[in-house]
Amino acid sequence: MGNIKKLTQKRLFLPVFSMILVMLINVVYDIATGSAPLGFFMISIKNGVLYGRLIDILNRGSEIAILAIGMTLVVSASGGTDISVGSVMSLYAGVCCMILAGYGNVNVQEYAHPLLVGIGAGLLITLICGLFNGFLVAYMNIQPMVATLILWSAGRAIGLLLCNSQIVYVRVPSFQKLGGYCGIIPTPIIVAAVCVAIASIVLRYTALGTYIQSVGINKKASRIAGFNSSKIILMCYAICGLCAGLAGMVATSRIYSADTNNIGLNMELDAILSVALGGNSLGGGKFSLAGSIIGAYTIQAITTTLYALGVSSAQAPVFKAIVVIIIVVIQAEPAKAFFKKLTKKSGKEAARA
Amino acid sequence: MKKKKINSNSLLLLITIVLFFVMYAAGCIVYADKGFTRLQTFLNILINNAGLICITAGMTCVMLTGGIDISVGSLVAMDCMILAVGIEQGGWSSPALMILILVIGVVFGIVQGFCISYLEIQPFIVTMAGMFFARGMTAVICKEQVSIVSDKIFTTLSSFKISLPFGGYLNKKGVMQYPYLRVTVVVALIVVLAIYLMLKYTRFGRSIYAVGGNQQSATLMGLDVKKTQMKAYILSSFLTSIGGICYCLNTMAGTTTQATGLEMDAISSAVIGGTLLTGGVGNVLGSLFGVLINGTISTLVKTNGKLISSWSNIVTAILLCFFIVLQSVFALVKERKSK
Repeated sequence: MGNIKKLTQKRLFLPVFSMILVMLINVVYDIATGSAPLGFFMISIKNGVLYGRLIDILNRGSEIAILAIGMTLVVSASGGTDISVGSVMSLYAGVCCMILAGYGNVNVQEYAHPLLVGIGAGLLITLICGLFNGFLVAYMNIQPMVATLILWSAGRAIGLLLCNSQIVYVRVPSFQKLGGYCGIIPTPIIVAAVCVAIASIVLRYTALGTYIQSVGINKKASRIAGFNSSKIILMCYAICGLCAGLAGMVATSRIYSADTNNIGLNMELDAILSVALGGNSLGGGKFSLAGSIIGAYTIQAITTTLYALGVSSAQAPVFKAIVVIIIVVIQAEPAKAFFKKLTKKSGKEAARA
Repeated sequence: MKKKKINSNSLLLLITIVLFFVMYAAGCIVYADKGFTRLQTFLNILINNAGLICITAGMTCVMLTGGIDISVGSLVAMDCMILAVGIEQGGWSSPALMILILVIGVVFGIVQGFCISYLEIQPFIVTMAGMFFARGMTAVICKEQVSIVSDKIFTTLSSFKISLPFGGYLNKKGVMQYPYLRVTVVVALIVVLAIYLMLKYTRFGRSIYAVGGNQQSATLMGLDVKKTQMKAYILSSFLTSIGGICYCLNTMAGTTTQATGLEMDAISSAVIGGTLLTGGVGNVLGSLFGVLINGTISTLVKTNGKLISSWSNIVTAILLCFFIVLQSVFALVKERKSK
């Protein structure tokens, strides 16, 4: 009993537990339908690339994982969420494809400008978006959700404007590379892995992570202790904007077009959900990047599993909602107190007996 | 000191109202030849946004307590789908369905309110789950678009015109055309009036302001903070259901993608109307003008004809930015003064 309690109190217990639960459901489903019991974990090489459900989850979950990095920092430092990330992804798509295809062109076979210029400009714009959000939150003292509401509304609209309300296709192989395959491995997986690696190295070997947590726990006290709280919050939002840009880069290359209406739609909710699922408090303070990343892939695993079970993409949110509610209710303080009372009572009764 | 506080808040409301009139007057001057000066253009803004007005009234109450409710858009979609499927495939009568929808709204509000107030989970997360749930349920009920055509009461309600006895004009054929209103507008205006009176004169209304202003002092004053919060969410979902019926009377159909982003329209309208997201400050009349400003912007873009529709989003965002920064500057000035 004591060991179980220790285990459940570990930070990474919740995300790992839910990941294992999703995998178990998959295995049970495979057995029930009579296919290979461990089909979920099977990885094979088809047409010269890696193939399997696990690979699919890793591939499709790249965008959420990249977004989750930025969102974790924002949530930790400011105790609020950045709801503009989905819109900013779409803005990246608009900027990048507009530059690569030339304004007004809808379908091109050749670049109008070099690839790096397009990607660079897109990432620069998203960085500026992040700085704008950060400025409003850190220096104007505006609630994060309201501050990011502005770009939530404007980001997608500007993206549409740049593309003339059309879907701009860039049919050049080197553009598709980022969303396609690099050797036998899907490139999005590599991009996500590199982002996660850089983030964790920076947080591990510099004091940045500690600064962010301290600002999130008490902004005023950190300022008195000598940190520039506002600057740190600004930086977190800038990083979050950049992450949104990187996620947009992967999403755009995947479909080699700027479908500004649909890229990153509701992605901000998935990102916030992965932070919550990772066992992080949405009120700010302490965070665990590993938890968020596992949370992100868990969400993708849930989505993929639901599709495998024959649930349509429009119906899947029902199950997502149920998962969210269960997770947050377990984490809620009053519920925890209630359970504690319950276990104490049963313990006492057992002692009496 | 108290007098000053009221001044800066009513100044925000005043700016909103002045902005609306300036914007509308500008529209009247620039697009005079396209019929912008007609009374009907203004009434059309009301007709198109009747549902949104109801929803924003509820949103204002929730925001006054310091919370937020982002489930409203999906709830509207679910309401429309229930109405459409119930009438067309279930053969139910529309009054029964409307009552059912109101009951669903209340239940939805109770669940969300309980999680937020008694389980102390962040409002954003709870209502996000509510949003997912309602949107998914819409698809579970029916995956395709269902149009309402067969119910007589519903179609009559939808097409019923309340003509005004003044402000008419002669059309090209020489027939006098009087401006008209729809039933939904009357409902929306009654809702706004009721919420205005409730916030101003009832015990519940005053405790909403108290809870939003400062939870601790509200508790010390002997108010039941949790109950007030929960009631606010129930009220929001209930008003959203009324708004959903109004919305459905406008669109006469249920689809899975209906009313996406409506929650943000409601929030931005309330913020433009002077409601602070931190709670405690705001007015439902301001929210009404917020909706009207949003409606005027989209009407202006539509009347121009050449601009693509995303311009209305951009202009709304710029306005939103302006108002948020203004609010924050006011707050800073107040802080300086009190020091």
